[in-house]
Amino acid sequence: MREIALHLLDIAENSVAAQSQSIRIEVIENLQSDLLSVSVTDDGRGMDEKTARRVLDPFYTTRTTRKVGLGIPLLKLAAEMSGGGLSLVTEPGKGTKVEATFRHSHIDRMPLGDLSATFLGLLVSYPHIHWSFIYQVTSKDGLSNSFNFDDVELKKVLGDMPMTEPEILKFVRGMLEEGVGALALQTVI
Amino acid sequence: MPAIKSLEELKRVREEALQKKKVKAAAGNVQVIVAMGTCGIAAGARDTMKSVLNFIETNNLSDVSVTQTGCIGLCEQEPILQVVVGEGPKVVYGKVTVEVAEQIMKQHVQNGTPLKDHVLPI
Repeated sequence: MREIALHLLDIAENSVAAQSQSIRIEVIENLQSDLLSVSVTDDGRGMDEKTARRVLDPFYTTRTTRKVGLGIPLLKLAAEMSGGGLSLVTEPGKGTKVEATFRHSHIDRMPLGDLSATFLGLLVSYPHIHWSFIYQVTSKDGLSNSFNFDDVELKKVLGDMPMTEPEILKFVRGMLEEGVGALALQTVI
Repeated sequence: MPAIKSLEELKRVREEALQKKKVKAAAGNVQVIVAMGTCGIAAGARDTMKSVLNFIETNNLSDVSVTQTGCIGLCEQEPILQVVVGEGPKVVYGKVTVEVAEQIMKQHVQNGTPLKDHVLPI
């Protein structure tokens, strides 16, 4: 995978498969402390200690279609290659949090990628899940800005109107792209 | 982000969409399913999804539901896209790049003719 945003999508898919009702994706870029931290937190079925240890093994998967999993090991490798690491906190019946950290300026750190496309795809495909996305950027001189998206208000207004109706899709996409775009700009200045 | 103003705007957008949807409802529902397992994502499924959503938006397609599925065991054919028109059979497409997705949306979803070249024999 070539983007951190794709890893986030992949990990979020695990959360969906774990029957979560609420999933939060956080992306925190801190240029001052030279750290990039991304996490996916869910309230799904969680894992026992034995399973939690095994998900780091590329040859473990709950899928039935083939024998390798790869998702979490790939993210772990990407994080470790750029001076960071992966942590997994989980409890059966409570949920799971997967967090990966990267040294922001590390030459091997893959780009963040298209966060809004990742968010939009998840939001539209799994309307029954409560999604929240947090993207925070702290500049070199310590100024923080964040884009907090929570779909509760949005869904209240939409009611039974599907998000795939073209007008709605345009609105939601615009909302995500503007929010993410305004912050992403600050990381290059 | 001016959240309150945005939601007011959304209410208006919703009303407009509702009116259009009523008119088009007779066309029948189309389901587009993107396979989004690790294999699919690594092969570019997110951009395939983006292309599908983009087509819906730019061509004003109503009544298309877009969902996802996990790995269906044909990892070498990813990105995989499935299309179901009304009560019809499920058509499974393989190696659906952004461009192929656009063709499928145009030819199959919009005009009802499957794109034979990319259909997987399953």
